[in-house]
Amino acid sequence: MSADRRRFLVSCTALALVPALARAQQNPQRESLLRDVTRGAPLRTGRVVVDTPTLADNGHSVPLRIAVESPMTAADHVRRITILAERNPRPVVASYALGPHSGRAEIVTRIRVADIQDVIAVAELSDGSFWMGSAHVIVTELACLEG
Amino acid sequence: MSMLARVQVPAQARRGDVFPIRIAIQHPMETGYRPDNFGRRIAKNVINTLTCRYNGVEVFRAEMGSGVSANPQLQFYLRAENSGELVFDWVDDSGQSGSERAPITVTA
Repeated sequence: MSADRRRFLVSCTALALVPALARAQQNPQRESLLRDVTRGAPLRTGRVVVDTPTLADNGHSVPLRIAVESPMTAADHVRRITILAERNPRPVVASYALGPHSGRAEIVTRIRVADIQDVIAVAELSDGSFWMGSAHVIVTELACLEG
Repeated sequence: MSMLARVQVPAQARRGDVFPIRIAIQHPMETGYRPDNFGRRIAKNVINTLTCRYNGVEVFRAEMGSGVSANPQLQFYLRAENSGELVFDWVDDSGQSGSERAPITVTA
């Protein structure tokens, strides 16, 4: 591979990453929300799966499954899972304390989704690290607008 | 008004097995944003805490807000350790509480 061609490929990759970076930086509200959950600790993407229908017809009751990859042993387990919906009037939806007794780090519930948005789940592991996953939810009938 | 609830726990499990627990509670989970027929806001009232104790040890705790749907449903998992009892307790913003218990037999 020639040096020119390599440089070209590298800059293409860099360009492709720009929108992703910009998107992450453009959202100070999300950042401060995540900072509150992690108490300033670094947050990595991965290990957390948020499973929800892409198109939910009723925002008052959107089924949601959150699964975290973890052996759930005394030495290595998930301590807490927090669900965030940043465009809800109260963005912190729920928070669950788990432990080695849980055996499996998975939660299934139903939540209110006020707007088309990313539903985010943050997992705090026993080693103190934080991981997040998200799913984009489109609701046709929004929650919280009226009675 | 009492809170109707249904808890699903397997009657039996083998030691070490991971089993699902389902709980559904009848509760409006009032967001505090909804008006009544006279246009006055109905005060926020949600089940804010739910705990599960397995033979006296707290093994699960949920802290919930107004983002949880009315008549909250929840499924989580536990690892079978010893025979005994699972006790579920919850309380809402108005101070009303509810409780359910389920026995479990753990085989070797």
